[in-house]
Amino acid sequence: MTYVEYKMLNPFQKFAYKLKKFILAIPHALATFFKAIGRFFAKLFLGIGRGFKNYGVTFVKGDWATKLSYIIFGVGDFSKGKYYKGIIYLLVEVFYILYMIFFGWTYLSKFGTLGTVETHREYVGIIPKTVYGDNSMLILLYSVLSIVITVIVFAIYIYNIKDAYKHQQMKAEGKKPTSFIADVKDFLDGKYHITLLSLPTLLIGIFNILPLIFMILIAFTNYDKSHLPPGTLFTWIGLDNFSDLLNVVDGARKATTFMELTKWTLLWAVVATFSNYILGMIFALMINKKGIKFKAFWRTLFVITIAVPQFVSLLLMNQMLQQNGAINVLLGMFLGENPNIQFLNSTTLMARMTVIIVNCWVGIPYTILSMSGILMNIPEDLYESARIDGAGPVKTFTKITLPYMIFVTTPQLITQFVGNINNFNVIYLLTGGGPKTEEFYQAGRTDILVTWLFNLTMNQQDYGLAAAIGILVFIVCATISLIVYNNSKSMKDEEAFS
Amino acid sequence: MIKSYKFRRHLANGLIYLFLTVMGIIWISPFVYLVMHSFRGEGLIAVPYLIPKEWTLQNYIDLFTGAGGNAALSFPRWFMNTFIVACFSCIISTVSVLMVSYAFSRLRFKARKKFMNIGMILGMFPGFMTMIAIYYLLKAMGLTQTLVALVICYSCGAGLGFQISKGFFDTIPRALDEAATIDGATKNQIFWKIILPMSKPIVVYTVLTSFIGPWTDFILAKIIMGDKRENYTVAIGLQLMTTNDFMNRYYKQFLAGSVVVAVPITVLFLLMQRYYVEGVTAGGVKG
Repeated sequence: MTYVEYKMLNPFQKFAYKLKKFILAIPHALATFFKAIGRFFAKLFLGIGRGFKNYGVTFVKGDWATKLSYIIFGVGDFSKGKYYKGIIYLLVEVFYILYMIFFGWTYLSKFGTLGTVETHREYVGIIPKTVYGDNSMLILLYSVLSIVITVIVFAIYIYNIKDAYKHQQMKAEGKKPTSFIADVKDFLDGKYHITLLSLPTLLIGIFNILPLIFMILIAFTNYDKSHLPPGTLFTWIGLDNFSDLLNVVDGARKATTFMELTKWTLLWAVVATFSNYILGMIFALMINKKGIKFKAFWRTLFVITIAVPQFVSLLLMNQMLQQNGAINVLLGMFLGENPNIQFLNSTTLMARMTVIIVNCWVGIPYTILSMSGILMNIPEDLYESARIDGAGPVKTFTKITLPYMIFVTTPQLITQFVGNINNFNVIYLLTGGGPKTEEFYQAGRTDILVTWLFNLTMNQQDYGLAAAIGILVFIVCATISLIVYNNSKSMKDEEAFS
Repeated sequence: MIKSYKFRRHLANGLIYLFLTVMGIIWISPFVYLVMHSFRGEGLIAVPYLIPKEWTLQNYIDLFTGAGGNAALSFPRWFMNTFIVACFSCIISTVSVLMVSYAFSRLRFKARKKFMNIGMILGMFPGFMTMIAIYYLLKAMGLTQTLVALVICYSCGAGLGFQISKGFFDTIPRALDEAATIDGATKNQIFWKIILPMSKPIVVYTVLTSFIGPWTDFILAKIIMGDKRENYTVAIGLQLMTTNDFMNRYYKQFLAGSVVVAVPITVLFLLMQRYYVEGVTAGGVKG
C-alpha cells in the first residue's frame, strides 16, 4: 500500500491496517529473536574452534618458557622479567589444585548421582546412632561452585599462555616488558573498565549467577518434601517437573493450576500496566494543563504516597478492606448499616477487582512522577508552531503530546509489564493469594505465578517444581523484553545525545 | 465568542480542580486514617467508626519502651537494625552502581555489549527464585540471621541496576571527556573530576533509592532472619505485629510504628524530590 492510499483510508481502516501490520510483524520479530540466538551459538562455537587452533599454533611457535606455561602457570612472564604477574599466575594454579584436592573433587565426583549414601541408623551394640550420608543439596551447590571456579581458572590459564607468547614476541622485537607501576597506572586509564567492573562482577557472580545456576539445575531434580537433605537424597529426574506443569490431562492439578495462574498472571499484568499507564497519564495531563494552579502542590499530594513504604500501605489496605474495616464502616455511613462486604475472600471476581483497584492506588503516583517530568520536557516551540498553523487543543494533544509521550515511555511500559508479572508485594500482602480453593495445587484465586512459586518454596518445600516455574516465568519475561528492547530506539541510537 | 471560550476554559479548569480534589482525598485518606488511629486510645483492632474517641500518645510510648509485654518485639532495636543495614548497603550499592554505569556509558571495551545484555537478562529472573540458593550460600558462610547477610543481599546485586544512571551519564556531552583527554586527564580523573560533579541528581537518586530499599523490603529479610526476632528489620517486625498471634495486643502499636517509619522516609523524599524527578526522567528518556 502506498502512502497516498494509506492517507485516503478512514480512521477505522487505518487502525485495522496498523493492527494487521503489527500482528504480521510478530512472527518476524520472533524469527529475528531466534536467529539472534542461533548467531550467538554459531559465534560461540567458531570462537571455541579458533581458540583451539591458537592453542596449538602458540605451542608450536613458543620457546621453552611459553611451552612450560602450558603446564605451570606464569613461567613465561617470570622468565621475561615480569615477576609479579608470574607469581600471581602461579598462586592461582596452586590455589586451584589445593582447592580441588581438598574440597572440590569430593563434591564434584558425586555430581552425576547427587549422592548415593542415605542417612541411616546404625547400631553400635544396642545403642542407635545416626550416620549422616551424602547431602545432595551441598553436593549440588559445591559442584556448581567448583565448576564456576574451574571455568574462571581455565580462562586465566588461557590468558597466561597468551601473555607468555606476547612477552616472547616482545623480547624477540627487543622490547622490555612494562613495569609494575606502569601497569597500575594503566588500570586507571586504558584498562579502567577492568578496575571499575571487576568487584561488582565478582559480587554479582557469587550472589546472583551462582545461585541462579544452582536453581536452574534444581528444576531438573526431584528436590521436594519427601526428598529433603540431609535426611533423604534427591536426584536428577530430567524434565519431569516441566511436564508436570505443561501436560494438561484430566485431574492433573499441577498443570491446571499452572494454566489458570498463567492466564490470570498475564491478564493481571496487562490490566495493571495499562490501567496505571492510562490513568496516570490522565492525572499528569490534568496537573500539567495550562491554567491549573498549584502544580507542585497537586503533584506532591499524589507523589507523597510513594514515600510511604509499600508494605505499610498494603498491610493498612488489607486491614481497611476487612469485613469490619474502615471501608465497610465508611460505606455503612452512607448506606445506614455496615454492608459487610468481603472484598478479599469471597468471590474470585471481587478479590481480583479489589487487587487491581488497590494496585492503581499504589501505582498511579509512579506514573504521575515520571510523566510529569516528560511533559515538562516537551519542547515548547513544537506547540508554538502548531498554534501558528492553526491547530486547536485537541489536535495539538493527539498530534504532539500523545505521540511524544508514547514514544518516550514505551521502554518504561515494558519494564512495568515485566515488573507486574513479578509483582509479588501487592498480591502477597493484600490477599495472600486468597480466596482459597481446593481446585488448585497450593494456590488461591488471586495468586500469580511468582506468589505461587514463593508459596511452593517457603511453605511446601517443593523446590524442584518452584524452580521450574521460575524458569518458565523467566522465558516469558525475557522473550518480551528482548524483542522490545532490541527494537527500541534508545538501544539502536545509544549515542544520540553525546 | 471570546466570552464563551473563556467560560468554557474556566468550566474545564473547575472540573479538573474538582476531580483532583476528590482524587487527592481518596489518595491521602488512608494515611490520614493511619495517623489518626495511631493516636487512638480505645479498642483493640478495628472500631466501627472512623474518628477515634480517645486520643493518646500511649501507643508510641509503648512502641519505644516495649511496654507491650513481649520482650522479643523491640521496635527501637528493629529501627536501629534497619538504619545500620540501610547505611551500609546504601554506600556499597551507590558506589557499585556508579562504577558500573560509568564503565558502560563512557568506556569502550570489547565485551561491553555482551556484559550489558547479560546484566539485563539476569534482571529478568524472578528475584526470589534464587533466594533458597542464597540462603544456603550464606549458611555455608555462617552468616544466616545476621545483619551482614542482609547488607550483602541488598547491595551485591546492585550493580545490575545500572540502566537509569547509565542513561543519565549518556546525556553528558562526550566533548567534555575528549577535551579532558587532550589535556592529559586519565579516565579515572575524568570520572572523579568531570562526570561525578555533573551528576548530582543521579547520585542523589541512587543514594535515596538504595537507602530506602532496606526500610521497605520485606521478603528477603523475612527469609534470612527466620525466627530471630531481635535481628528483624522494621518491615518484617511490623508485619509480625499484624499476624494472628500478636494482632490483638499490638495492632495500635503497628499503626504507630508505621507512622514512625513512614515519616522520615517521606521527609527525605520531599527534600530530594527534585533530584528524584530529574534522575528518573533523564535516565528514563533513554529507556
